[in-house]
Amino acid sequence: MKRLKLDSGTLMVNGSLAILSALTLFPLLWMLSASLMAPGEASTFPPPLLPAVPTLEHYRTLFGNQGLGRQALNSLLISVAATLLSLAFNLSAGYAFAKLKFKGREMIFRTLLGAMVIPGQVAMMPLFLMLKQMGLVNTYAGALVPWLAGVFGIFLVRQYAQGIPDDLLEAARLDGANEGQVFLRIVLPLLKPIVVTLAVLVFLGSWNDFMWPLIVLTDHELQTLPVALAGLSREHVQDTELMMAGSVLTVLPVLLLFLVLQRHYMKGLVMGAGK
Amino acid sequence: MKARSLAAWVFVGPALIAIGVFFALPVAAALVMSLTDFDIYALADLANLRFVGLDNYAELLQRPLFWQALWNTLIFVVIGVPLSIGASLGAALLLHSRFARFQGFFRTALFAPVVTTLVAVAVVWRYLFHTRYGLINYALSQFGVTPIDWLGDPQWAMPAIVLLSVWKNFGYNMVILLAGLQAIPEDLYEAARLDGAKRWALFRHITLPGLAPLLLVVSILTMAGHFQLFAEPYVMTQGGPAQRTVTVLYLMYEEGFKWWSLGSASAVAFVLFVIMFGVTLLQLWASKRAAAA
Repeated sequence: MKRLKLDSGTLMVNGSLAILSALTLFPLLWMLSASLMAPGEASTFPPPLLPAVPTLEHYRTLFGNQGLGRQALNSLLISVAATLLSLAFNLSAGYAFAKLKFKGREMIFRTLLGAMVIPGQVAMMPLFLMLKQMGLVNTYAGALVPWLAGVFGIFLVRQYAQGIPDDLLEAARLDGANEGQVFLRIVLPLLKPIVVTLAVLVFLGSWNDFMWPLIVLTDHELQTLPVALAGLSREHVQDTELMMAGSVLTVLPVLLLFLVLQRHYMKGLVMGAGK
Repeated sequence: MKARSLAAWVFVGPALIAIGVFFALPVAAALVMSLTDFDIYALADLANLRFVGLDNYAELLQRPLFWQALWNTLIFVVIGVPLSIGASLGAALLLHSRFARFQGFFRTALFAPVVTTLVAVAVVWRYLFHTRYGLINYALSQFGVTPIDWLGDPQWAMPAIVLLSVWKNFGYNMVILLAGLQAIPEDLYEAARLDGAKRWALFRHITLPGLAPLLLVVSILTMAGHFQLFAEPYVMTQGGPAQRTVTVLYLMYEEGFKWWSLGSASAVAFVLFVIMFGVTLLQLWASKRAAAA
């Protein structure tokens, strides 16, 4: 009797999870499937789930006629640069807030945390004008500016760096290491897990970002994939299959990266909510 | 000691300068800009710029489109946030259940939409919502529901965006709440079970209080995110039909970067900020009251 009850619970819970997962994955699987259909095939009734004869022609069109290869490269370059820059800024700052003493440290940190209530969009209008003055509108640099340093990144690194024992740093200093050497040789290796976490968060964040690149990159040649895709979808509303191929091209790189590094991504997410 | 303090500034300085120049300064400038008539003429020649006091705000409050945008945004927040957190909590409870198998797989599957590109999945859902050929209507028709013009009917456009948004975002809070559930000591449940507590009582008196601090964080962050709705209407509806999906940020974008009225766009941004700030305070106050009660 007891055994039977257990089985019904297992069935209920796992059945629900399976249905929920199937519903959740469905739009992504359909996107992939429709991207392989012949032109117009998705717009038939009843709507087909799988292509009759899979074709890669939409991917060829994307890289050929539409020249989306250029935008894919833009996305890649901007995300890589954003990741490296934000690591440089946030690792050093987060470490300093955790382990180095300087005047006003706590007050500055509290001010930074408080500033997080201000939505980033408030800054967009003056920032655009500022970058226009500096000649950075329609440049990679313009798209990178918001990713330089971030309160969230500094916060994550600080949380993690607080766990480094002070004795370790003191010992290195007594051995004659200067502050730069302490950071590079002792601290950075210890921060490795949070480096990966922060890198994944920033890479995905900048790859998926939409509003700022939409504003600052108006030149088609410089646009990132999401911006180009949004533009394309306004011109090619009827070309379902082509648009699905474009969506796959945009989503797949980050989805794969996430699958490989998901442990680090989830950790950053849970740490961020623990403040 | 002095050298070390100097070193600290070298470490922290670049980040502070970047945040100061590219965030703090523009925010302050936006406040000033919202008090000017900065428009396309001022963009061409700053000599055309005039200080207009609170005129931008006054004009905004008189514009029906602003109230429509605010209303649309509030609807999205009021429907979307509870649905989203409810879905997250439900999924987290299922994953945490002692009956659950293949937790790693299910967690990854349910989380996957979070890391996808919003613009791309909005494009995908636009086709899923298609009245004739969309699979959502096709699935509903199996239950005898007549086709819904999701993105063309003023009644349904915002609910459609809510659906997409719940699908896209529930995994995020699910992972946070799951971590919270795992942090509740199993002994508490054991002790209560020995006292004869039923499942609902366990949930009500152990799970919910244990999750309360996280639920507060989650609801504040989720609410803030929902107030910033932009890409979905930009891609799926362009604010239509009948302006039912124009949100506050969508209005700001059009005002600022389509019509180049950067002064009034800044005013829109500040109004949004004040509303978000007010709602956050309200949540903190409500949670304090709930905790005291």
